[in-house]
Amino acid sequence: MYSLAPFIVLSPLLGFLINGFFGRKIKNETIVGSIGTLAVASSFIIALLIFIEMLGSPAEERKHIVTAFEWIAAGTFSANVAFQVDQLSILMTLIVTGVGSLIHLYSIGYMHGDAGFWRFFTYLNLFIFAMLNLVLADNYLLMFLGWEGVGLCSYLLIGFWYDRNFEKGTTGDAAKKAFIVNRIGDFGFLLAMFLIFNTFGSLTYETVFAQAAGFSVGDNVMFWITLLMFIGATGKSAQIPLYVWLPDAMAGPTPVSALIHAATMVTAGIYMVARSSILYALAPSTMEIVAIIGLLTAFFAGTIGLVQNDIKKVLAYSTVSQLGYMFLGVGVGAFSAGLFHVMTHAFFKALLFLGSGAVIHAMHDEQDIQKMGGLQKFMPWTFRTFAIGSFAIAGFPLLSGFFSKDEILWKAYTDGAPWMWLIAALAAGITAFYMFRLVSLTFLGKERFDLHHVHPHEAPQTMLIPLLVLAFFSIVGGYVGIPHVLGGHNYFEEFLEPVFAGANAKLMMPMHDSAALELGLMGTSVAIGLLGIYAGWKIFTQKMEIAENVAKRFSGLHKILWNKYFVDEAYDAVVVNPIKTTSEKFLWKIFDVKIIDNTLNFSAKFVEATSNIFRRIQTGVVQSYAIVFVAGILFVIGYLMVW
Amino acid sequence: MIPLNHYLLLSAFLFSCGVLGVVVRRNAIVVFMSIELMLNAVNLSLIAFSQFLGDATGQMLVFFVMVVAAAEAAVGLAIIISLFRNKQTVNIDEINILKW
Amino acid sequence: MTFEQGVFYFLASVTVFSAVMMLLQRNPVNSALYLILNFFCLGGLYLTLNAQFIALVHILVYAGAIMVLFLFVIMLLNLGDDKRLVEHLGLRMYLGIAFSSGLLIELLYIFGFSSPMNISELSPASVEMGTVEYIGKVLFTKFLFPFEITSFLLLAAIIGAVLLAKKKLVQ
Repeated sequence: MYSLAPFIVLSPLLGFLINGFFGRKIKNETIVGSIGTLAVASSFIIALLIFIEMLGSPAEERKHIVTAFEWIAAGTFSANVAFQVDQLSILMTLIVTGVGSLIHLYSIGYMHGDAGFWRFFTYLNLFIFAMLNLVLADNYLLMFLGWEGVGLCSYLLIGFWYDRNFEKGTTGDAAKKAFIVNRIGDFGFLLAMFLIFNTFGSLTYETVFAQAAGFSVGDNVMFWITLLMFIGATGKSAQIPLYVWLPDAMAGPTPVSALIHAATMVTAGIYMVARSSILYALAPSTMEIVAIIGLLTAFFAGTIGLVQNDIKKVLAYSTVSQLGYMFLGVGVGAFSAGLFHVMTHAFFKALLFLGSGAVIHAMHDEQDIQKMGGLQKFMPWTFRTFAIGSFAIAGFPLLSGFFSKDEILWKAYTDGAPWMWLIAALAAGITAFYMFRLVSLTFLGKERFDLHHVHPHEAPQTMLIPLLVLAFFSIVGGYVGIPHVLGGHNYFEEFLEPVFAGANAKLMMPMHDSAALELGLMGTSVAIGLLGIYAGWKIFTQKMEIAENVAKRFSGLHKILWNKYFVDEAYDAVVVNPIKTTSEKFLWKIFDVKIIDNTLNFSAKFVEATSNIFRRIQTGVVQSYAIVFVAGILFVIGYLMVW
Repeated sequence: MIPLNHYLLLSAFLFSCGVLGVVVRRNAIVVFMSIELMLNAVNLSLIAFSQFLGDATGQMLVFFVMVVAAAEAAVGLAIIISLFRNKQTVNIDEINILKW
Repeated sequence: MTFEQGVFYFLASVTVFSAVMMLLQRNPVNSALYLILNFFCLGGLYLTLNAQFIALVHILVYAGAIMVLFLFVIMLLNLGDDKRLVEHLGLRMYLGIAFSSGLLIELLYIFGFSSPMNISELSPASVEMGTVEYIGKVLFTKFLFPFEITSFLLLAAIIGAVLLAKKKLVQ
């Protein structure tokens, strides 16, 4: 079964090629959509079979490396297109292909009638291909290939409706912003890869991690490697300081936001940190940085999400915030907790985005929640699934989000610091509050739109089925990781334990058995979450005046939050505009035109001048040539004489 | 008896006279005649070597040099005639179209 | 001074004289005549070297055929006197004189002061080598191939000369 691993990656590539070359000619939307969906679904099935086989075998035999072909062999450096199929990668593969196929199915309905239908599915398949390369790679170079590939597909998909405007610019501007900001992070990743090769002599995980076991904790080189990798992760996973692209990425179609910016691409950073767990375990300073940045981002993005009015923007900031949680988890050493949240987040965030897509579809591309309301009676199933997703993200007990978030909070308290727990819990409260603000303003209360002009309707079947499936998983997805203290068995952590064995050995975390403390903290955070839910629901359905009064009283703060802390403007002033000015005024006008062009022209003119002098040798008179003959003969005779 | 180098010195002198004529004179026909002079100087030295060293190759070479000189004189003069037809001059200074 | 030496010096001086005079004439016909004198003297010099056949052939071919050709062409072109011996006292002339003097000096150095050139006696075989029989024998055995090739050369020269000097056909 393991030898089928390359087909997991190959299948979406085939879908990409078929749809790419023939998609335009196949006029039938169903066929194009089916090709795309089946490509990803078949990958999911293969991954599922491998997973089942993995469950049936003992823990030591669960890691296999399947080599497709030899890619680079240059002196001492070699990197193969090989896939490491172990617990971590199969988990990520299942998430990517599972959620991915559901979103493909959803897109058939959502993109109905669009002129670029075939293009959409082509790009989606390419994205899945790149993402699978990323998670299944057995060396950093192939991972980087997938890393860049998802960045590219993100650009293509954000700017999919290339002829539309978006806020102050065009969708193309948003796409470029995503790509460029990602690139800045990728530079860090590249530097990290260079350092890794320099230190370990190879980029293959097995070799690097085996050698890493011999290093001591607190090593300086490890610090730089992990820090640079984390910079790449902040770019890809939208943390401070490189998160600015994700809200703008909402310019793309909603399935894109669901797939790329909620479930898969943005989790690439977490995956990378988790995969390199042993390297991070050797650099405690970096782990501290990771945790703190994750925490800050979680809080910071949550506050911005409080006041946004675009349904997708709220979800975007929510994503940034939840990613912060995941980084907090891996930053304090709870790698499996972070990945648990990746999984549950994939379920409910994709659900929320797809639900919002259904709403936007029904409201004929209206995205301002101030103009919605009361949609519950028009789209009951959408409402129900959306509500389930919101409860899950708010950490309502017994839903998936509750288990994963709670594990992170607990580990933040024990392996991090109590103040970390406190800020994280507050951020959880804020999350609950703005999510239910969103639900209330969108689905509950009175309609704030003109019923004569807008006729909202329930989503079609192809869009509803994924919503239902995701809602189901949002509910039950957490049951694989029920903590001990509640009487369950944390299958999830146990499954992933061999992957993080090396890191855990280095970290040497003391065990915490204080059940009472855990239950107490759990109860507190649940209380904060419930309070947030209640407040969000109450204020925005019945007591809107409270919200308006608070906004007026703290209008300065409100303005800052609404303008996203003016971060974009700050970046523009400090980074973007100086670079543009330097490029235009100095590099172009002075350096390129004057120096480089003139040097070239000068060399040409120099040759011309010299040849002008030398051409006078050709006088056309035979005797001049004869003189030259004689001179030559003289010289030769003289040489022979002397020699 | 005349030693060899007397002949060779004479040949050298004739040769350089020929070179001087080729380089300095303007009239194309005189240039040709100087070329013949050079060839003859070489013939002289060849015969001298051949007779003093007892090797017949020198005299044979003289034969062939003479043949070549004759052929070259014929063709060269034909060229001068056709040149003269076109430009009405045999002054080499004026035949300088193949120039910069 | 023996008879041979006297003959040699006389002939050599006339050769030198005629060569120099050839260069200094304004009229090309005069130049040609001095050159003919030169060739006669060279023929005499060949005789002093015991190369009688070559001497006669030299006079026949050079003085008798080639110089006649030159004279025909000069008269055909109806060239008059050159206005001046050297018209343009330019760089070319000075360079030319310098280089040819240099050449002369070099050659004099080689031929005058190198010991291998100091052979004073003609080789005893030279008498036999100059005869017609010997030359014929060597020419048609050892040098047969170049001999045949020269016939081609002459053919090419004839055709070339005829073609080049022909008047253009009137259309």
